[in-house]
Amino acid sequence: MRSGLVLRHLVAITVTAFALFPILFVISSALNPLGTLSSATLFPSGAGLANVTDLFETTAFPTWYLNSVLIAGLTAVLSVTVSAVSAYAFSRFRFAGRRTGLVALLVIQAFPQFLAIVPLYVIFSVISDNWPVFGLNSIWGVVLLYIGGQVGVNTWLIKGFFDTIPRELDEAMLIDGCTPTQAFRKVILPLSAPILSISALLVFIGTINEFLIASVFLTGDDARTLAVGLFSLLADQRNANFGMFAVGTLLTAIPTVVVFQFLQRYIVHGLTAGAVKG
Amino acid sequence: MATGAWPGSAGGIALRVLVLGLIVAVALWAVAPLVAAENWIGVGIVVVVTAAGLLVYLTPRRLPAKYLLPTTLLVLAFQVFPVVHTMSLALTNIGDGHLGSKQDAITAIETSSVKRRPGSAEFRLTVAEKDGDLVFLLAEGGRAYTGTAEGLRPLEGATLGAGGRITAADGYTVLTAGQASARGSEITELVVPVEGGAIRSQGLSRAYRGTATLAYDAVCDCVTGQDRIWRADEEQGRFVSDDGQALAQGWQVDVGLANLTTALTNPKINAHFLGVFGWNLVYATSVVVLTAALGVAVALVLHHPRMRAVRAYRTLIVLPYAMPAFAMLLVWRDMFNTDFGLINKMLGLDVDWLGAPLTARLSVLLVQLWLGFPYMFLIATGALQTIPSEYLEAAQVDGATAWQRFVKVTLPLLMLALAPLLVSSFAFNFNNFNGIFLVTAGGPFPADNPTMGATDLLITYTFRLAFGQQGAQYGLASAMSVYVYLIVAVLSIISFRRTRAFQEVDR
Repeated sequence: MRSGLVLRHLVAITVTAFALFPILFVISSALNPLGTLSSATLFPSGAGLANVTDLFETTAFPTWYLNSVLIAGLTAVLSVTVSAVSAYAFSRFRFAGRRTGLVALLVIQAFPQFLAIVPLYVIFSVISDNWPVFGLNSIWGVVLLYIGGQVGVNTWLIKGFFDTIPRELDEAMLIDGCTPTQAFRKVILPLSAPILSISALLVFIGTINEFLIASVFLTGDDARTLAVGLFSLLADQRNANFGMFAVGTLLTAIPTVVVFQFLQRYIVHGLTAGAVKG
Repeated sequence: MATGAWPGSAGGIALRVLVLGLIVAVALWAVAPLVAAENWIGVGIVVVVTAAGLLVYLTPRRLPAKYLLPTTLLVLAFQVFPVVHTMSLALTNIGDGHLGSKQDAITAIETSSVKRRPGSAEFRLTVAEKDGDLVFLLAEGGRAYTGTAEGLRPLEGATLGAGGRITAADGYTVLTAGQASARGSEITELVVPVEGGAIRSQGLSRAYRGTATLAYDAVCDCVTGQDRIWRADEEQGRFVSDDGQALAQGWQVDVGLANLTTALTNPKINAHFLGVFGWNLVYATSVVVLTAALGVAVALVLHHPRMRAVRAYRTLIVLPYAMPAFAMLLVWRDMFNTDFGLINKMLGLDVDWLGAPLTARLSVLLVQLWLGFPYMFLIATGALQTIPSEYLEAAQVDGATAWQRFVKVTLPLLMLALAPLLVSSFAFNFNNFNGIFLVTAGGPFPADNPTMGATDLLITYTFRLAFGQQGAQYGLASAMSVYVYLIVAVLSIISFRRTRAFQEVDR
């Protein structure tokens, strides 16, 4: 039995090492005073903040960061809100076109949004001409686009969870004279905290990692996201900028890790209740 | 019922007035620029959407519609329209050289053929801008004009300075010499079309009127000049000369199902398509199997009553999932770098990991395993905790060995929880653009064929068709998109049918 436990620890340590070594490499590259890829090692060879100051002085990193957090945060909150509202209708109301609507959502969301980048560009050229606030190089337009791409999946996901909440609960509210909206706000939403958090987290992670659409629609200096900005760091001089890139990577991880730790208790529950990783 | 859906309270009425005001305000804001631009289709869309909003939110009935309208509009605008538009583009030859209408192509051909002839008219040029767009302010013999890509127009209210140049004009901002030279390439490219030729700049202070050496003749539907004739070919959407040469600027024409059939029947593309599709299936399947196997294995290893430090292991193993995937993909790419990469340095090797098909394929799989297994681990851990210990105890009482208990009890229950996730993971990785594009960009490419790399997925291959170095072929790329979409749609329908999703529709 003891040797069995030792074996378990050996396996666990090996896998942990596999999980950690790229992260360790990023950390030591971030600290590496030379800041080049060729001088980066697995374990830190020295420690300096040169890469941090370089990143903040030579690039628009704070702007990228703000854009990314704003886009991902807004997309997560708004798409989950809109999806939850429509999921409620699909779960609780019976109306003509309900089945068609659900199946249509399922089929249409299978289309990867960025495959349609040419038509999307057409739409955004028109929007740019008429309402520049939502046009090209505007984070608001991209937020709308991302929400449009996410509501299908999220509606399905959240509806699955709503279906598991006993109808008696909100029916009791209706009998007591509440409106369906009140029943939705006071009964369904509080009970659905796990799935709403998970959906928001998945959207947040997916959006902050989105590269292709952002690289086409957000090219102006003020509009770039972390993914586009950090990619451009390596595109110009891959070797020389690696230290700065590593610092940027670690700083990008912070919001995700924070949100993740905060929501961890919901994750397993929410995911096993029918969640899908986008 | 009536009281529930249509409360007559003061609050309810106030809310309705607010909603009404909001919808009307947004509609007015949205419609103003469309009216100014005389975009009546756009105006029509705004009117219909506004009417729908008012109808749904200001009347007591149509309760489900109140909840569904935002989702419907978003999905229509950003999913349905792009899909339908992609399908319609797939029926055309749109791409580089075939972007606009025939008239656009003729204008482009004529203006780009402009040559300066001796004795042609010369203008005094002042470069200015209006709303960010460059404008030529042109003066000739005391008369003032504005020149843009749209054409030449008389200019009122211009101030002529010494030497006959325009120094100021109402509504235009004259660029300083520094600003103008900073936009030098834009200025060189600005061509002002005029009858029989065009006006181009020469330096920053002069412009000349050149004559087109090519001209369109509507009678023969052909372009003549330079001692040759190019006849319009409405099927290909270009002007072709008798010896088979075509002018670079063509126009967009419908090609019917040609793109869709080309993808299947053209032996050159056909072979790629099947090869890429095969690897695409292998990639998605392998990623799912590898991540699930490692994730479940680690979860099982840590799932033991006397195991210590489980929380610590768990926190550390989950970390890759929390790291930004796009950045870590680039980190992995650079760890595989031949010259500077960590892997070669640590192993003392000099292998070009991403340069050979086999190692490149193994590399992208390893990278995706690293990114994906923590998620599977997390789910498997949760699922293991929900398996009632009575089941396992009962099996033990019946004399089942540890292995039998695992295969007959634990694994089936685990798979039940994981199944929907495996399906969605497959669908995600089938189109895992970042996972390939950021690591290998689809490469390595065979020396004789730069269009299809060893690690290309359908989606990266399609992307290169549309935006690659070979020149944009949007029409063909759209046809490929349609195929990718059909494959994914069928996959997701099958998978949802097999899981419980479709039963829920009927509930």
